[in-house]
Amino acid sequence: MAGESYKTHEHDVLVIGAGGAGLRAAIEASASGARVGLVCKSLLGKAHTVMAEGGVAAALGNVDDRDNWRVHFSDTMRGGQYLNNWRMAELHAQQAPDRVRELEAWGAVMDRTPKGKILQRNFGGHKYPRLAHVGDRTGLEMIRTLQDHGIHQGIEVFMEFTITALLKDGGRVVGAIGYDRERGRFHVWKAGAVVLATGGIGRAFKITSNSWEYTGDGHALAYHAGAELVDMEFVQFHPTGMVWPPSVRGILVTEGVRGEGGVLRNKDGKRFMFDDIPDLYKQQTADNEEEGWRYVTGDKNALRPPELLTRDHVARCIVREIKAGRGSPHGGVFLDIAWIKEKLPNAGEHIKKKLPSMYHQFKELAGVDITQEPMEVGPTTHYVMGGVKVDGDSQMSSVPGLFAAGEVAGGLHGANRLGGNSLSDLLVFGKLAGEHAAKYAKDNSPGHADAGQIEDAMHEALAPFERADGENPYDIQHDLQDMMQDQSGIVRNENDMAKAVDGLAGLRERASRARADGHREYNPGWHTALDLKNLLTCAEAVVRSALDRRESRGAHFREDYPGKDEAHGYHNSVTSRGPDGHMSVVRRDIPQIRDELKQIIEEMG
Amino acid sequence: MAQPDVHLPQRRAGVGFLKTARGDTWYIQPLLVLLGLGAFIVYSTWAAFVGVDYHCGVNGANYLSPFYSPLLFDAPGVEPSGHAWFGAWPSWWPAFIPASPALLILWAPGGFRFTCYYYRGAYYKSFWGAPPGCAVGGPHTKRYRGERRLPLILQNAHRYFLYLAIGFLFILAYDAFSAMWFVGEGGAKSFGIGIGTLVLVVNPILLGGYTLGCHSLRHLVGGKKDCISDNGAQKKAYDCVSCLNRGHMRWAWASLFWVGFTDLYVRLCASGVINDVRIF
Amino acid sequence: MGESRDVTFRVWRGDASGGALKDYTTGITTGMVVLDAVHQIQAESAPDLACRWNCKAGKCGSCSAEINGKPRLMCMTRMDEIDTSVPVTILPMQTFPLIRDLVTDVSWNYEVKKRIKKFRPRKPDNADGSWNMAQADVERVQEFRKCIECFLCQDVCHVLREHERHPEFSGPRHFIYTAQLEMHPLDTEDRLGQLKDEQNIGYCNITKCCTKVCPEHITITDNAIIPLKERVVDEFYDPMTRLFRIFKPGKK
Repeated sequence: MAGESYKTHEHDVLVIGAGGAGLRAAIEASASGARVGLVCKSLLGKAHTVMAEGGVAAALGNVDDRDNWRVHFSDTMRGGQYLNNWRMAELHAQQAPDRVRELEAWGAVMDRTPKGKILQRNFGGHKYPRLAHVGDRTGLEMIRTLQDHGIHQGIEVFMEFTITALLKDGGRVVGAIGYDRERGRFHVWKAGAVVLATGGIGRAFKITSNSWEYTGDGHALAYHAGAELVDMEFVQFHPTGMVWPPSVRGILVTEGVRGEGGVLRNKDGKRFMFDDIPDLYKQQTADNEEEGWRYVTGDKNALRPPELLTRDHVARCIVREIKAGRGSPHGGVFLDIAWIKEKLPNAGEHIKKKLPSMYHQFKELAGVDITQEPMEVGPTTHYVMGGVKVDGDSQMSSVPGLFAAGEVAGGLHGANRLGGNSLSDLLVFGKLAGEHAAKYAKDNSPGHADAGQIEDAMHEALAPFERADGENPYDIQHDLQDMMQDQSGIVRNENDMAKAVDGLAGLRERASRARADGHREYNPGWHTALDLKNLLTCAEAVVRSALDRRESRGAHFREDYPGKDEAHGYHNSVTSRGPDGHMSVVRRDIPQIRDELKQIIEEMG
Repeated sequence: MAQPDVHLPQRRAGVGFLKTARGDTWYIQPLLVLLGLGAFIVYSTWAAFVGVDYHCGVNGANYLSPFYSPLLFDAPGVEPSGHAWFGAWPSWWPAFIPASPALLILWAPGGFRFTCYYYRGAYYKSFWGAPPGCAVGGPHTKRYRGERRLPLILQNAHRYFLYLAIGFLFILAYDAFSAMWFVGEGGAKSFGIGIGTLVLVVNPILLGGYTLGCHSLRHLVGGKKDCISDNGAQKKAYDCVSCLNRGHMRWAWASLFWVGFTDLYVRLCASGVINDVRIF
Repeated sequence: MGESRDVTFRVWRGDASGGALKDYTTGITTGMVVLDAVHQIQAESAPDLACRWNCKAGKCGSCSAEINGKPRLMCMTRMDEIDTSVPVTILPMQTFPLIRDLVTDVSWNYEVKKRIKKFRPRKPDNADGSWNMAQADVERVQEFRKCIECFLCQDVCHVLREHERHPEFSGPRHFIYTAQLEMHPLDTEDRLGQLKDEQNIGYCNITKCCTKVCPEHITITDNAIIPLKERVVDEFYDPMTRLFRIFKPGKK
C-alpha cells in the first residue's frame, strides 16, 4: 500500500455521474464559466437515462391547452401523497417546459403534433397529455442531445471512473477520490463544489429494471460525508417489467404501452384494474372500458382508464392478482396491446410505430410479437424517491459544497413518482445544481483535503486484494438482493424488516471479508466487492426508514399497517450517520406549504 | 473453420486474405454475385461484339434486342431492321474496331450499372475482395484509396448515367410498343402479341423499377432538401423513389437477368433456333 | 425454468501484450443471452473476466463483441439462435485497441465526434423559443438518432478494421451523426467540406456491412451515407450544380 500514487485534477465543479442530471449540471456550470470535470462509471452516453422510455413531463400545453404548471404541480403533489418538497415540485412544474424547449435548441427531435409542435402523450397520474417523447426512446434522445451539446463546452470527461469517497475540509466537501476502471489507478479531484448525479439504488434488489451502475454510490458517498438522506423508505416498483424468460426478468416495459391503450388482464381475461380504484382518484378515472379507450385516443372529455393510475397502486393490484392465483403462467399478469386491432384497422403498424423498442425487445428477447399476443409482466424495482436531502432552490445538501440532482436527490417525488417526472427532474434540477455549484465554487476559496483521507480511501479500496481467502463478492451481492426483495420489497411488514436489519449486519460483516482476485485492470470482481459498501448503506437506509413509517403510503406498502395514517402525513424520514457511526432515522416535519400553492392543490381537487 | 483466426492484440485482426473468425457460410453471397455478374459480363460482351441477330423479323415480328437499342446504324451486312436512326453502317468506320452497333450505345446502360451504388458495393466485395465479406480480411492492406481518388472518384458521375438511363427507358418502351405490331402480307401492320412481345414489355418495366429507384434520383427528387413535407408532389415523388430504392438490389438483379434474357430470346428467334409463338 | 445444458465458450483472455482463447463451460437455460453466459462465467469461475455492459436490454450499446466472428451486442444475442454443438467464440471488437479481455478502448470515436461541427439551429419560429417542424420531415433524422453508439458499425467497416484509416476516416457511426445534423430541419451549418476532406466519406465503398450489423436496424448506407455522398457530389463534383450556383448566389 505504501507508495501507492495518484494523479490529481483540479476543477471548480466536479460532477459525479453523466446521466441526464449530471450532463445538464455540467453544461450549466461550464456555461457560467466554471472549469468542470465530469466523472462517470461507464462510457459517456451509456448512463441509465438511456433506459427511460415514455417521455419527459412538461406542461407545454401543446396537445391540451388546459394544461399549465399549476396542474402539473398539483398532479406531482397528489402522486407524492403530499410528502413532496413542495418548493421543488413548484420549481419543477414551472421550469420543465423551458428545459424541454431548450433540448430542441440543442438538436433534440421530438415527435410532432400535426401543427408541428412537440407532441405530448398520456401517462399515469398526469391529468392531461403531458409527456414530450420520441417513440419509446425518449431517454436516449435526451442523453444524446445533452452529450452532443456538452462535448463542445470544454467539459473534461472522465469515462469509466469510480468515485470511492468524498474529500472534506472540515465540514465542507472539497473534492473526491476514485480510480479508473480500465487501469485501476487512483485519481484525486480537487473541486470547489461537487455535484452528485449518480442515480438510484435498484441493484440492492433482485428484480430490477436498473443497470449495474445503480448501486447507490451517490447516496452512500453523501451519507458517509455526513449528509442527510430523506424519504428512503419510498422505493418505486414499476408495475410492468418483463417476467419471462428468466434472464430478462425485470427489464422495463414502458408505461407508454398503457398510454397507447394497453390493458392489464389476469389469467381469466378480466381487466382487474377496474376492481380497485382509490378514492383519491375516483373522480378522474373511467369506470368502463369504452371510456378508457376514448381517453387514450385523445377524447378530452373522457376519464382515464384505471391502468393509468399511479405506479404504486397498479403494482399492488398486480401483486394481489398473482398472490390470489390469477396470474399468468410465469408469475405475472397479461399486458395486452394487441387487442386494439379491434378498434384500429392498422393496429400492427400503429403499435410498431408508437412502441418500436417494446416491439423489438419482446420480439428479440422473449420471442413474443406484441402486435399479436399479450405480454407477461410483473412489478420490478425501478426508482428510489428518497435520496440526498437538498435545499429546494440551490440543490445543496446539508453538507456545504455538496450538491445533488436527479434520482440521487430526494424530495421532489414524495411517496411516489409519476412517470415522466424523472426526466424533467433531471433537466430542471440538473441545471439548478450546476448553476448553484458553480456559484458556490466562485464564492468560496478553495479548500484543502489532508493526505490522511486520501491514504485511507486508497487503503480501503485496495483491501479486497489482500484477502486471498475471502468470500466471493458476487455471492454476498446475490444474498443481499434476495433478502431485500423478499423482506423489504413491494409488500412489507415489521417481522420481515426486523429480520432484514439483522441480515444486513451479517452481510456487512461478510462484505468486510469480500475478496478480489487477479489484476486491477477492468476487474469486475473487484468492482463488485467495492459496490457492496454502497449497496449495504442504501439497503439499511431503506429498511430503517420503512420500519419507522407504520402506515402505507405511496410506494411504501405495509401489510401490517395497510391504511394511510394521517399522523404520518406531515413528516419525512431523515437518515443520517450518528456521531457513533451508526445510522439513525428521525422524523422531520414538512415545512408549512405556501398559501398560494396550497390553494392550487385545493382548487385542482 | 473449426479454429477461428485470431490476431490479437488488436487492429491487425482482419488483415490477411480471407481471414475471419466467422464460422458461417459468409462466402455464399459474394460467390453468387461473382458468378451472376461474371456470367452476365461474359454473355453481354459476346452478344455486343457479334453484331448479328439483334433483330428478329421472322413471321412479321419486330423484336429488337435491348443490347442494340437505340440502334444508330444497322450493322454491315445485316438486313435493314427498320430501327436504325441514321441508316446504314458508316463507311468511314475503322476496320480494326469491330463493327457492332451495340458498342456505340452499350456504354451508357453499362456505365449506369457500373456506377450504381448497389453494384459498386457488390462488385467491390466479389471482384475486388474489399472486403470479401463483412468482418473477413481482404487482399489489399496498404494501398486502399476507396472512392476518394482517381479512378474510382469517377463513380460520382452516376447521376449523369442516370439521365441517360432514363432516356433509354423511353426508347426501350418504344421498342416494346413496336413489338406489338406485326407486318402482315403486303406490308400492312397489325396489332398482335407474341411471346417475344411479352418479353420485350417486361423488360422496360423491370428496368424502370431499377432506374427509378436509383439513389441519385432519390437525391434529386427530394433527398437533397431537409424539408419537403410542404410540397405534396415532391413528397410523393420522394416517397415513391424511396420505396423502389428499398428494393434496389432485387430490381437490379431482376432487370439485369431480364435484359440479358431478352437479348437471348430475340437472338434465338432471329437465328431460327426457336420459333416465336404468336398468342394474339 | 427449462433444463440447463452445458455449453462451452471460447473467450479471449488477455491484454495488449498478448493472450489466448480460453474455454469455459457453463449451464444454459431457456431465454438466456450471451451476456448472461458471460456473467455466469464471471460469477462461477472467472471473476476478473473483463466485459463492458450496462443496460442489458439493447439500449445503451456497451456490450459489443464478436460472437462467432460476427459483430453483435452480447445482450441481444439469444443462446437459442447459436449453434452450441461446437464452442461459442467470443472475441473483443477487433477494430479498437484492446484494454483487457472483451473490453476495447473506443475513446477514438468520442474524439472524432467532437471534431464534427455542432448543431446550429435557425432562429426560433415562435416567441417562446420553440420551432415548428412537420413529423414527416423529422422522421428521416429520427432514424439516425436511434443510434446507441455501440460502434459495431465502426468495428465491421473494413476501412477501419483492415485498412486502419482511423485518423482520416470517421466511419459509419459518424456519417449517421453528420447526416442527422445535415438533414436536421433546423440546422444551418454546412458540413459538406468537412465530410469530403476531414471525414473522407470517399473512403467508404458502400459494401453495407455497417447496415448489416446495426442492432438498431438503421439503414446506415442507403439512408445516411449515400445521401451524404450525393450532397457532396452536388457541392464538389457535379459541374452542372456548380454552374447553377453561379447564377443563384446567396443560397449558402
